[in-house]
Amino acid sequence: MDVMEKLTILTDAAKYDAACTSSGAQRGHKKGYVGNTSSSLAGCCHTFSGDGRCVTLLKVLMTNCCVYDCKYCVNRCSNDARRAVFTPEELAELTIQFYRRNYIEGLFLSSGVLVSPDYTTERMIRCLDLLRNRYRFNGYIHAKAIPGTSPELVTRLGLLADRLSVNIELPSEQGLKTLAPNKTRKAIFRPMGLIQNAVRENKEELVKYRHTPKFAPAGQSTQMIIGATPDSDRHILSLTQSLYDKYRLKRVFYSAYVPVVENSLLPALNTKPPLLREHRLYQADWLLRFYGFRAEELLDEDDPNFNPLVDPKCSWALKHPEFFPVEVNTASLEELLRVPGVGTVSAKRILYARRARKLEHEDLKKMGVVMKRAQYFITCKGRALEGLKLQQESILRNLIAAERASLPGMEMEQLSLFTQAG
Amino acid sequence: MEIIYRYDGSFEGFLCCVFDSYVNKEYPACFQDEGSVSPSFFPARWVGTDRRHAQRVLASLEKIDPYAKELVVKGFLTCAPEKEKMLYQFIRALYRIGKPLLRRLSDEAVWPLLKAVRHLDGEVHLLKGFVRFSDFEGTLAGEIKPKNRVLPLLRYHFCDRMYNEKFLLYDRTHQEALVHQPSQWAILPLEEFQMAAPSAQEAQYRKLWKRFYDTIEIKERHNPRQRMTNMPKRYWDTMTEFQDESYFQAGTDSLPEGGGPRLPDGCV
Repeated sequence: MDVMEKLTILTDAAKYDAACTSSGAQRGHKKGYVGNTSSSLAGCCHTFSGDGRCVTLLKVLMTNCCVYDCKYCVNRCSNDARRAVFTPEELAELTIQFYRRNYIEGLFLSSGVLVSPDYTTERMIRCLDLLRNRYRFNGYIHAKAIPGTSPELVTRLGLLADRLSVNIELPSEQGLKTLAPNKTRKAIFRPMGLIQNAVRENKEELVKYRHTPKFAPAGQSTQMIIGATPDSDRHILSLTQSLYDKYRLKRVFYSAYVPVVENSLLPALNTKPPLLREHRLYQADWLLRFYGFRAEELLDEDDPNFNPLVDPKCSWALKHPEFFPVEVNTASLEELLRVPGVGTVSAKRILYARRARKLEHEDLKKMGVVMKRAQYFITCKGRALEGLKLQQESILRNLIAAERASLPGMEMEQLSLFTQAG
Repeated sequence: MEIIYRYDGSFEGFLCCVFDSYVNKEYPACFQDEGSVSPSFFPARWVGTDRRHAQRVLASLEKIDPYAKELVVKGFLTCAPEKEKMLYQFIRALYRIGKPLLRRLSDEAVWPLLKAVRHLDGEVHLLKGFVRFSDFEGTLAGEIKPKNRVLPLLRYHFCDRMYNEKFLLYDRTHQEALVHQPSQWAILPLEEFQMAAPSAQEAQYRKLWKRFYDTIEIKERHNPRQRMTNMPKRYWDTMTEFQDESYFQAGTDSLPEGGGPRLPDGCV
């Protein structure tokens, strides 16, 4: 089998992994080595695939052979698929040549489980060791830690990679039990805790010894599949929050379930991937990470799922009229961040600009505030925007209209139902 | 009095226009560089470039605030219409008001410049990823068609990333090229540049990349609109994955002398 064929099979098998970021590592060039990771501080997209997702890394599996039989996965052993294995040389050569041509920022290496987790991880280590030390690759590497791998091997993997990730796969133990019988929650969280400890210890050692090799300097991330099990958004978001709190994850990714197999335990094959739901979860994830929101503020027992019609921040704002209006000229950063239509950048601009002179409504648009949303929730020098109708219902209708154009296309029909209701 | 300032089109030349306008106590109505001179009823003044004058203007900006200087330097690289006028208004206001002007983000003298610079920075950021190189016997060559003059800013990124490589990056819009070899770089005017046909190996990597690109898409999530939002079509022209078939065929004729793109004489 030639490299073209292997690349096709092993890319096809890896494409459902959501993570493709190269952020968080900052390493300049090294003499005699290929590349750096310094552009990765803010992330760098090298292209966007036809589904609109960013492509940053050469995202492939080392092999799609797998001894596991997870029901939702294309690579499960009971699936009749063509199998391939990259040799370490092939993979290293591809990475280097793609990198030099500026196709990619680095390598995202994952793998099906060949023989056992330890055996697979050892092979991955051999690949990455070759790439780092013989091919002298200094770019970004994201490696997947396979649940069940022994701690020593995870440690060795982390010394070669910039970021490690362990996939949670399904948001609940119940889901795992039925759909991924070979994986347990404990086996997934163990390496996560291990990586967290190793990153922390490594940081302490770096303080003492400058030349200590770095362990996963870009931290760890994870992903879970949305829509394959009946878990609520509230459950998923609380889980996300505890992962950020407890394991210090850099990112949690969501992947809308694309039906790949017929199975009575799974959504039917003609089910569309729940893209709007995935979108809402990502919006909420941003609110957790950058806007100072907590999961329990956004969703509660009475409302365990996100409103498909308005984004989580608007949704929160409409439920908390007592918080508004916010006076732009005196509000704190934390307060500004809670206003729909005000982002992290425009909030900082407001703080910066209002020290020179008081801001008016017309100033805000030029500073990047989305007035279509923000106008209902702010005052400037104590005044609301003139001619504004402040009835709960019309606000909701306008907020829906303001976001509509930017939503995932296929969800449109679902939205138009509401036009009548509003 | 309405008056036109003509200058050589360089950044230093523009700074001299600023200098002279204060010496002559004039407020130029517009600025023309040598390339864009059009007949006009207004009187025109030719401003010669004097490096010392340019330095003095630049130093005065830096003294007010280093960020102000950065804005002016970057502003000159943008593709804003009448960028000289935009910069001139900013500089005049800056001399009058001083540092507090920088906080007036929505001021007419400031925000057009901020907007233009944001556009420039955005394009630089996107191009860090969208540039494509081809290997010609060890020398890498790439081509872009940006709206703004991005090479002076892109060079920081590519000279670090490709520290050990010999490469050339051609800006077709502004007809200039960034050339680099270990520990040396330059941005040089270059009117003509034609990429040679790829070698068999180069063609193979192009094909592999194209295959990867086509395969990584989840077809069930096909969303061309989102792709276009993230990656406007004007960039596709110079990206490997959007080329037609001929781009992936290895050249039959041998490479031009020296192999691949010829660097302009006297550079690197």
